[in-house]
Amino acid sequence: MVREKKAKARKKVSYSKWGYIFLIPFFATYLVFSFIPLVTTFYNSMFENYRSGLTQIGPNFVGFENYISIFQSDLLKYLGNTVILWIIGFIPQIFFSLILAVWFADFRMKLRGSTFFKTIIYLPNVIMAASFAMLFFALFSDDGPMNNLLIRMGLIDSPIRYLTTVWGTRGLVGFMNFMMWFGNTTILLMAAILGVDSALFEAAAIDGAKSLQIFTKITMPTIKPIFIYVLITSLIGGLQMFDVPQVLTNGKGTPDRTSMTLIMFLNNHLYSKNYGMAGALSVILFIMTAALSLVVFFILTGSGKEKGGSR
Amino acid sequence: MKKKVVSGLLCAVMAASLVAGCSSKSAPSESGSTAADTTTAKETEAKTETQKEAGGEGGKVINIYVWNDEFKARYEDYYASKLPAGYKVNFVTTPSENNAYQNALDEALLNQNDAKPDDKVDMFLVEADYILKYVNSDYTMDLKDVGVTEQDMSKQYDYTKVIAKDSKGAQKGISWQGCPGLYIYRRSIAKAVLGTDDPAEVQKAINDWDSFDKTAAKMKDKGYYMLSGFDDSYRTFSNNVAAPWVNGKKIAIDPNLEKWVDQTKKYTDSGYNQKTTLWAAEWASGQGPEGKVFGYFMPAWGVDFVLAKNSLAKAEADGGKQEVGNGVYGDWAATIGPESYNWGGTWLCAANGTDNADIVADIMKTICCDDATMKKIVEEKNDFVNNKTVMEALAKGDYKSAFLGGQNPLQMYCDAAEKIDMSKISPYDQGLNESFQNAMHDYFNGTVDKDTALKNFYTSAQEKYPELETQ
Amino acid sequence: MGKVKSLKKAAAYIVLTLLSFLCLFFFYCLIINATRSHPEIAKGFSFLPGKSFGPNLYNVLHNKNLPVVSGIINSLFIASASAALSVYVSALTAYAIHAYEFKFRNAVYLFIILIMMIPTQVTTLGFLSLIGKMGLMDSFVPLILPSMAAPVVFYFMVSYFQSNLPLEIVESARIDGSNEFFTFNYIVIPIVKPALAVQGIFAFVASWNNYFVPSLVLKSNTKKTLPILIAQLRSADFLKFDMGQVYMLITIAIVPVAIIYLCLSKFIIGGVTAGSVKG
Repeated sequence: MVREKKAKARKKVSYSKWGYIFLIPFFATYLVFSFIPLVTTFYNSMFENYRSGLTQIGPNFVGFENYISIFQSDLLKYLGNTVILWIIGFIPQIFFSLILAVWFADFRMKLRGSTFFKTIIYLPNVIMAASFAMLFFALFSDDGPMNNLLIRMGLIDSPIRYLTTVWGTRGLVGFMNFMMWFGNTTILLMAAILGVDSALFEAAAIDGAKSLQIFTKITMPTIKPIFIYVLITSLIGGLQMFDVPQVLTNGKGTPDRTSMTLIMFLNNHLYSKNYGMAGALSVILFIMTAALSLVVFFILTGSGKEKGGSR
Repeated sequence: MKKKVVSGLLCAVMAASLVAGCSSKSAPSESGSTAADTTTAKETEAKTETQKEAGGEGGKVINIYVWNDEFKARYEDYYASKLPAGYKVNFVTTPSENNAYQNALDEALLNQNDAKPDDKVDMFLVEADYILKYVNSDYTMDLKDVGVTEQDMSKQYDYTKVIAKDSKGAQKGISWQGCPGLYIYRRSIAKAVLGTDDPAEVQKAINDWDSFDKTAAKMKDKGYYMLSGFDDSYRTFSNNVAAPWVNGKKIAIDPNLEKWVDQTKKYTDSGYNQKTTLWAAEWASGQGPEGKVFGYFMPAWGVDFVLAKNSLAKAEADGGKQEVGNGVYGDWAATIGPESYNWGGTWLCAANGTDNADIVADIMKTICCDDATMKKIVEEKNDFVNNKTVMEALAKGDYKSAFLGGQNPLQMYCDAAEKIDMSKISPYDQGLNESFQNAMHDYFNGTVDKDTALKNFYTSAQEKYPELETQ
Repeated sequence: MGKVKSLKKAAAYIVLTLLSFLCLFFFYCLIINATRSHPEIAKGFSFLPGKSFGPNLYNVLHNKNLPVVSGIINSLFIASASAALSVYVSALTAYAIHAYEFKFRNAVYLFIILIMMIPTQVTTLGFLSLIGKMGLMDSFVPLILPSMAAPVVFYFMVSYFQSNLPLEIVESARIDGSNEFFTFNYIVIPIVKPALAVQGIFAFVASWNNYFVPSLVLKSNTKKTLPILIAQLRSADFLKFDMGQVYMLITIAIVPVAIIYLCLSKFIIGGVTAGSVKG
């Protein structure tokens, strides 16, 4: 016994080095392909550096001038657009995902074919976002099937020009994001609900609690960590929104640049190979997401402790 | 899991550029001849290495940068057989969307000095909208030095030559085609509204913009549209501006473009157009059997490749034929319209540092100057070639277009070509035209007022060209 | 009570059917368009299939400027390699955090969660100039290797390990004299296979659909991946522009992934469930 303990202790010391060894590939990769680029992006943002025709302008050191011009531009408008586009998609997404997750997890409902449904709602996630947007463009064009259908049903007289209106365009972007992600969210939330001890639900049901009560009093509090995880990851994904509005509006963010997202704005500066401005914008985006990730970080570590207790 | 895949469209913009950015400081070779000399020496070494790949004995590869297959088709039909043995022509195709073609080309040109002989750009193609960017750089060769003389180009239309001259007057580009545009209208609609479908009579009704407007009102009364959408008349205005887009470093909106804005806004609000954008599905279907659009501003290529195809009721893919009776094929006619303009066109440039200048010159001379070849191009491909002798002869011949109801429109094209003035172009035309049209679409749609639309245009312009001033 | 229940059930079926219909509808539209010729598509939408499936397929596969076959092979290679690497290395990293006690363990864990949120786009500029200097432009390496550092996969694997990998198993392997590396490869990996499969599929789909970075890195025609070819086909000029081919190529790009997805759907949904119970 004593010898075994000793051996174990000795081994434990020698094992910790394996922890470091196993971390090497990840961190080496991160250092080369993410960290160094990040540093050069910071560095670039301090220079005037772009291409005019075939002539290279710069790089000339300009300090924080690029940042000043970025803040003088409509940065806040694009931030607002991005957040609005995200919210339009996220609200229906979380609403339907919660309902579906509760249904799927409710054994008493005995839904038939739930595996089939779970599979189907996941499918839109495999379509390339750009292709999806292309399809929507065709479906909702002035002479497209949506208008034809509405006209034939007698609901409207003349075609609705969805993509020329601010809320038509934003609504379509939101709808597409909803379609692509609600399946994923449903399954995450369902998993969280299934993790709740089913005895709790049974007890509540015996006590005569209504479905809504069970949901607000038992389901929501227990799935809160996952719920917040879904919220934050979706927000981060929303901040990175690019493909869908880019393709739907042909990169223009029309009308009146109201569907121009932050990343589309970044992409615009690459037309003239404007490393300086694009770099400065990247740094601003980086700071914004870093601030957000701090929030996530606190939430996750908070729930991590609870987890540790139950292990 | 929520990792959003950044897969979007078109960032090819960055593509080329970033790599090129690293090496962009390497200047182009100072004179074509020295570069050529050094490369010939290198080439002999490289020859043995590349022999297997190239397949030929010389291992000489002529690289031609293009954005589509149009020129490739001309080359294969009218030059390929003349290519001396041992040479190989390699087309490098990059689509032009979102500047991708220019980015790829710029990258290659910036690396021209370091490139292996077989990788050097020998020839590249440019469009009118950005031709000056290349013509005014050291990356293009004076055609005299390549071996194409003014005498060779004497039969060409003037505007095609003016556009390709640098600021010192050196001829740096050459084109085999002209793209004068006409107004192509529907005969049946002309009869219904104007009482005649005779091109000369219809021309009277649209001889200038005032009468064009009046006819538009008549069309509207009978339930037709004068134009399809926002962009249709843009070229007729932008080709007839008084000054280039950029004066010094300052963007100036020409009064003629203001006219386009006002006219299009008026047409949109009065219901004279269908609010379409160029190439959209609605724009195309307006040219079909169900179309209610009176006419389209189109150059020769637009008639053959766009209108003729879209006019059919039974598409060619379904076994339909381009013949009278299928849809509205044949129900069209051409007339000059209010103003002459040019739409499109492709110019060939010889890249500085080419190691095959003689072949490049021969290709240019054959396809862009040789009467017999060019006549064949018109007869076989319906292109409008850049050769007055050939075109005038054909205009006087018995050429008849079935699509245009038996009309011979060539004389009109020839006359329009003589009137085109392309001296007011700037190197920024492509980006600025695109930004201007897009920004104004919001104004036409009623989403924003004119000032906001202009502000959006300036914002977009400065994103594309940081060096330009707007106010 | 029973009535309420059956009403609720009926409502559930209606909502589910509607949503499933919507989801399938988009696939249907794509496939329908793939069977129609360009003029048909240009003239308007239709819900009935056209007759041009064969010609579209033939045109796409025989497009001289569009090496579709090599595109499929490139996409398959890059997506499989980066999925495999990302899953394996991230699992290894997660295992290091889970199974070993070492000084910076918590710091490392928190660091990775922090970097999980940084958008890839902000480093793209630096990334491209870096690989330009490394001479890796137009090569598959910068598309495959960076996937080894996948914080999201890492995060998922850590929570999976916590709920599905008792450390006693590792301990007993050690007592049997198993080498640490061997333990990971032959004892740990088989236990967490379902989670690896799920994340593998996610990584595969992500890489398969990725356009942004590949379009900036790959130059030569024979190295391009499917999303680049789709974009290239879409931007063809009006003379050659053929939406029939575009939709056909999109269908070609979707079908393999959808099939893999459908075959493994039980596995995937089960895996997500198992992994995130305690997440």
